[in-house]
Amino acid sequence: MPRRALFFVPLLLFALVAGYFLWGLVTDRNPSQVPSALIDKPVPAFDLPPVDGLDRPGLATADLRNGEVALVNFFASWCLPCRTEHPLLMELAEVDGVRVLGINYRDRPEDARRWLGEFGNPYERVGADDRGRTAIDFGVSGVPETFVIDREGRIRHQHIGPLTDDDIEDKIAPLIEDLSQ
Amino acid sequence: MSPRHGHRSTLAVLVLVLGLLVPVGAAAVLPDEMLDDPLLEGRARELSQLIRCLVCQNESIDTSNADLARELRLLVRERLTAGDSDQEVLDFLVARYGDFVLLRPRMTPANYLLWFGPAAVLLFGLGGVALHFRRRRPGAQASLSAEEQARIARLLEQDPGAG
Repeated sequence: MPRRALFFVPLLLFALVAGYFLWGLVTDRNPSQVPSALIDKPVPAFDLPPVDGLDRPGLATADLRNGEVALVNFFASWCLPCRTEHPLLMELAEVDGVRVLGINYRDRPEDARRWLGEFGNPYERVGADDRGRTAIDFGVSGVPETFVIDREGRIRHQHIGPLTDDDIEDKIAPLIEDLSQ
Repeated sequence: MSPRHGHRSTLAVLVLVLGLLVPVGAAAVLPDEMLDDPLLEGRARELSQLIRCLVCQNESIDTSNADLARELRLLVRERLTAGDSDQEVLDFLVARYGDFVLLRPRMTPANYLLWFGPAAVLLFGLGGVALHFRRRRPGAQASLSAEEQARIARLLEQDPGAG
């Protein structure tokens, strides 16, 4: 019955399109999170000075190519979601095999110092990106964002928004372990 | 309120409404961002309208007041001043933010579905309609069954006046 079967073609097409729309509606996909264009690319060239008055050195591309897996976290004292992920970064700083590095995004040095003094400083190095140009080179659209850098200095993962326990358990920790091998 | 006064306020409302209907290019470019060379500034403005502000997403950096949009506007101007072509500026941003940064999608194989999808659906529909009508017409002409023929013959016999 090929002719009778033809009647089902529009129905099938409709189901396909409706299914696609439904997927867009119900999955907890965040449309503002756009996959990075920089995955598997080497970290961009940058050389950031330290935050004025902070007891941590600045951050440059060369610091990310020394054979250790690194997390590069863009943060700012004025950024509320950065506060929610901060305790997790403190925990990660204690983990062996990964360096936690910070880039202070569009911040005032005194604010950044006070913020890190109050909540603790998980960062081994902190670069001051006061105009946000390095953030643009990393394809950052807002803070917080966190990048996982492999031992050769390539970007392997971009996390947009604050980190959660689940993010670290499901994605970041396994990836760090994987890259450390 | 005098009728004349009422008339005038109606006119004022009308002017206001019409004024609101006129699309105004509400640029967010600040005077300190602008380039001295009007030609370069013109190119920068045109490019800015093609570049998405990644904070507000459905706005171009030309109209957005976000800090990131401002920094991107300055970046576009710096690159143009340094001698980049328009395409090089766009490529520079695409390398960092991906195709999403462009408000007008490029014609790349990954975007073919986007560009040609609607036309393909229309062609498919037209094809379906054409197929439908071509099948129906000859079928409708030769569809009296033997049983129906016999019934017509019987009816005609019953009413001799019609012959």
